[in-house]
Amino acid sequence: MSERTTEREVGRSRPRKEDARLVTGQTTWTDNIGVTGLLHLAILRSPMAHARLTRVDVSGALGRPGVVAAFTGRDLAATTASLPCAWPVTEDIVLPDHPAVAVDEVRYAGDPVAVVVARDRYAAADALEAIEVDYEPLPPVLDLEAALADGSPLVHADKGTNRSYVWPLATGEDYGAVRRRADVVLRRRYLQQRLIPNAMEPRAVVVTPLAASGEYTVYSATQIPHVLRVMLSMVTGVPEHKLRVVAPDVGGGFGSKLQVYGEEVVALDVARRLGRPVKWTESRSEGHLATHHGRGQVQDIEVAATSEGKLLGLKVDLLADMGAYLMLVTPGIPILGAFMYPAIYKMDAYEFSCTGVFTTRTPTDAYRGAGRPEATYAIERIMDELAVEVGLDPVELRRRNWIGHEEFPYTSVSGLTYDSGDYEAATDKALALFGYDELRAEQAKRTESGDPVRLGIGVSTYTEMCGLAPSRVLRDLRYAAGGWEAASIRMLPTGKVEVVTGSSPHGQGHETCWSQIAADVLGVPFEDVEVVHGDTRSAPQGMDTYGSRSLVVGGTAVHHAARKVVEKARRVAAHLLEADERDLDFADGVFSVKGSPEARRTIQEVAFETFSSHDLPDGMEPTVNAEHLVDPDNFSYPHGTHLCAVEVDTETGRTSIRSYVCVDDVGRVVNPVIVEGQVHGGLAQGIAQALYEEAVYDDEGNLVSGSLADYLVPGAPDLPEFTTDRTETPATSNPLGVKGVGEAGTIASTPAVVNAIVDALRPLGVRDVAMPCSPGRIWEALRSARAGREAQKEGRS
Amino acid sequence: MIPPAFAYARPTGVEEAVRLLAGAGEDAKVLAGGQSLLPLLRLRLAFPELVVDVGRIPGLRGVREEGGTLVIGALTTHHAVVADPLVRRHAGLLAAATATVADPAVRHRGTLGGSLAHADPAGDLPAVALALDAELVAVGPDGRRTVPAREFFVDYLQTALRPDELLVEVRVPKTDEADGWGFHYEKFSRVAQAWAMVGVAALVRRDDGHIAQARIGLTNMGTTPLRATATEEALAGVGAAGPAGVDGVARAAQSAAEGTRPAAEPAVSAAYRAHLARTLTRRAVLAAARMG
Amino acid sequence: MTRISVTVDGTTYEDEVEPRLLLVHYLRDRLGLTGTPIGCDTSNCGACTVDLDGATAKSCSVLAVQADGSEVTTVQGLAANGEWHPLQKAFHEQHALQCGYCTPGMLMAARDLLRENPGPSADEVRHALEGNLCRCTGYQNIVRAVLAASGAAGPAAAEPSPQEVAP
Repeated sequence: MSERTTEREVGRSRPRKEDARLVTGQTTWTDNIGVTGLLHLAILRSPMAHARLTRVDVSGALGRPGVVAAFTGRDLAATTASLPCAWPVTEDIVLPDHPAVAVDEVRYAGDPVAVVVARDRYAAADALEAIEVDYEPLPPVLDLEAALADGSPLVHADKGTNRSYVWPLATGEDYGAVRRRADVVLRRRYLQQRLIPNAMEPRAVVVTPLAASGEYTVYSATQIPHVLRVMLSMVTGVPEHKLRVVAPDVGGGFGSKLQVYGEEVVALDVARRLGRPVKWTESRSEGHLATHHGRGQVQDIEVAATSEGKLLGLKVDLLADMGAYLMLVTPGIPILGAFMYPAIYKMDAYEFSCTGVFTTRTPTDAYRGAGRPEATYAIERIMDELAVEVGLDPVELRRRNWIGHEEFPYTSVSGLTYDSGDYEAATDKALALFGYDELRAEQAKRTESGDPVRLGIGVSTYTEMCGLAPSRVLRDLRYAAGGWEAASIRMLPTGKVEVVTGSSPHGQGHETCWSQIAADVLGVPFEDVEVVHGDTRSAPQGMDTYGSRSLVVGGTAVHHAARKVVEKARRVAAHLLEADERDLDFADGVFSVKGSPEARRTIQEVAFETFSSHDLPDGMEPTVNAEHLVDPDNFSYPHGTHLCAVEVDTETGRTSIRSYVCVDDVGRVVNPVIVEGQVHGGLAQGIAQALYEEAVYDDEGNLVSGSLADYLVPGAPDLPEFTTDRTETPATSNPLGVKGVGEAGTIASTPAVVNAIVDALRPLGVRDVAMPCSPGRIWEALRSARAGREAQKEGRS
Repeated sequence: MIPPAFAYARPTGVEEAVRLLAGAGEDAKVLAGGQSLLPLLRLRLAFPELVVDVGRIPGLRGVREEGGTLVIGALTTHHAVVADPLVRRHAGLLAAATATVADPAVRHRGTLGGSLAHADPAGDLPAVALALDAELVAVGPDGRRTVPAREFFVDYLQTALRPDELLVEVRVPKTDEADGWGFHYEKFSRVAQAWAMVGVAALVRRDDGHIAQARIGLTNMGTTPLRATATEEALAGVGAAGPAGVDGVARAAQSAAEGTRPAAEPAVSAAYRAHLARTLTRRAVLAAARMG
Repeated sequence: MTRISVTVDGTTYEDEVEPRLLLVHYLRDRLGLTGTPIGCDTSNCGACTVDLDGATAKSCSVLAVQADGSEVTTVQGLAANGEWHPLQKAFHEQHALQCGYCTPGMLMAARDLLRENPGPSADEVRHALEGNLCRCTGYQNIVRAVLAASGAAGPAAAEPSPQEVAP
């Protein structure tokens, strides 16, 4: 048995354990899984946004070579229930039935219409061409405001409305009263375009049945094997204990695999019907229609402030595009943002309302940041506008309003208790790295000289509630699941360690970080730890991975479970060393008797002792294994300051990012290089929203951005080199002091970029540019600003 | 994701290929590098009965000189075009523009002839062929014929090639720097690997301190690649140096969008495309004339 | 059906295939070489990039019949004698992957670049990888890894990241 060095693992930039299989191609993506007799599913999807299905005839497909079966929505509805929505945000929410395959009506382009099962994927794809469907077109519902107007066509006619819910919040003083005493009231409308998550691995599911005993194994490219198991059992009626769900190697999620998808239900149901293993793999363009989208909000935001720029109150009214159906947490996404509009600022009154609206588009749901990027965008955009209005530098305006480091813990106007943070420190560090004053000087010079390429500087500060989180708070928000996480630790007889985690990684590096945490507590070598995850059979309990919760909740559970192992082992060691437990020291994996260091047992030796169990304390179970479930009593609140300098070519409208600096405070850090990677990726996605990406629909409700040729995921030449740094104020809500990092970069970067663009163009009369700030949009904004100026001039003369 | 079924033939010579094409008529598709055809097949936007894979026909790759003309085999890959010393010396515009096509892996497979025969107006090379006054040589059942680039691009994804004809070579008049030629391809796309929103292929011959001749091809300004004829005419005689020259180029570029029919797309209005064509034409000509 | 002979990662396979069979499906479904993944259907993402006769190709945009007589190298053939390719090592050491789905294609594209240009600049690396999309890393560590593997690593690759020296 090897003994570990005394260097602490937590805080080290360990290269990842996961990489060995990933860089050599020895992966287990769901689509890699093959079993004898595997059948392939293919799904026919509606080419129309909204239509009545008057005929779905699959008989033609049945005659095609290699086809084993074909099903309509009506066939499958007989054995499957509606797809679940686990977050009915209000008591009176309109929650329509959502069949996995449409029965009477299709409600978005891509809504499944029929399913074929064939011996290989080519035969399945061919057979789709032989299915006959008669569509009776219905009017699409696309505009959120028009959808709420009287007489609008309805997405769900039986519900009598396109309004799913109205969710209000009013905290602090009365907003109306506060507004009346304000010197400045600014009102803006911002649009959060729809985004397509585009995890690099398309979705896939494989179901293998054991017909004799009615058992099923579901392999799915999912972020949530545990939640999926519960939900699949409820939707299909397969008893939960007969269902094993495995998330093998999963190629990214970003919220898009935090879902219970119809294809998962259908694959399970078809495997049950046929008693044969089945596979479904999404193609990318299919995924653009069928995998949920993110964002999609109209934000009306109003701030009331003094003439010195002191915020008094904030009012936010959202229209949130639900798409055609409420999926797993669709209605809750904007509500996750509801508490974050006040951000890092002090104010007296806050009023919020969100109206969920049905449209004939792909359902929306979680996408990296989920509600919080939207909130941060709106508040950070309007803070810049307020700075202009009151004549302050945007950084100074923020300084005047943010919570001072000495004021923590601080209860925000929306009722969240921010446990720790230091906004001054992060901002000062960022300003210095960025060279803020020098860039401002250059900007002034270029504006004066009339340089057609303008320089703009954007600032964005943020905090977020993440590490989801306290189950009781989730109850109050009417979220159906809990916020706990589970871990267990198995000390193997040879001294190796298995850490079983309930969170389910898809790129985050749990295997490495959990090993670091366990190695420190147990005093065993990093290499001796193996992390088991993503299989409900080997990791039976969990709440999975989303909302920057894995480390904060799951990592904390690992820490506690390891502490429990040490305490159990201490009892055995004391017995073996014939000493009192209180007289034992434990360091670097070794129990030793105080004062006689030669009397020692390693924790691995103790583990072997429980295997033989020849000499355990009386009455002790022969194990030092331990399990721990943790349910935190608060969210965690990472924060940071991001600064972006852009150059905008006013002739073509093209924006290029000249520099990007961010200083994030994610609390203590387990693995710095992994944290940095998370920030990089978050920045890329946030910048992509600002500049490139949008799910575009035409007037008929067809998705124009139907493939990666039309939906612009940025490549390496399209993104800048980032300068990242950190400050570190530990979280107080968990023993590791960690806050979570998965979403931070995405949340902060979008407003930093757009603020920079508007900053560059403000001297030319531009006050806003809708996202994505494409060259065409910027050019149009410049053109209409110029027209406005000319009209004004004429008016004056 | 999955191509529809088709019959496949891999002829070993041009005559055999033409025979196969003649036999299948409109239902055949020529497969060269496949970088345009394969995505179409996978999205099931094309359903050919027969795919004629001409990729192994000998003699259709490579570059040679014939007096004042470069002769480039239709199957010469983009990668080979970019690297070819003859192309770099005698048709620098083609090398420069080809280096912006798609990405390295696609350039390894995609071919010059394939790009031209596919005739996507958003593709970079059709406009370049126009600017170069290239000639395209096709072989059909009745033998060879030569089609000037100006007559080759007929409509959206349509060329003067008949279904039973195979494009075998591209003939490009030399535009050597030593003879006063300068070139620039100005491509404007939203992300690096996206199609050009607008592209401008500029060839300028300077003589005695003036622009003697300019040829400008426009990418994605209509259903076919186009020449900016009005600008070309306005450029003749413009000074190739100094502020007056720059102003002259700018004035000439103002007519770059004349006669174009740019499509409107979400967030890309036709007016914006026309504006881009003018702006990029100015930039491309200044760069080509080494005045930028 | 068409008869083909393809050498993949040093092993020669003879098969009857449908002409429409994509090379990537041939590798994955027929040969069981699932190291090469599929990320899109428009040849934009580059996840399926392999080496075909000495140059990269997107194996989703090549028919298996076109590869007849060819030599294919996939990510599974990069390591030699149990030793990882320098790029594999560099990707691991520089944390150039998260979910890892784009990694096989990135490795193949980067290998192709370094063959043509053994000492690229950061900008050249970015452009050489323009046909390969990554959704996790923001590309920064991928660029860093390719520079490191090139042996021409500039200060950006040699210096510790700011996090490592942060308090």
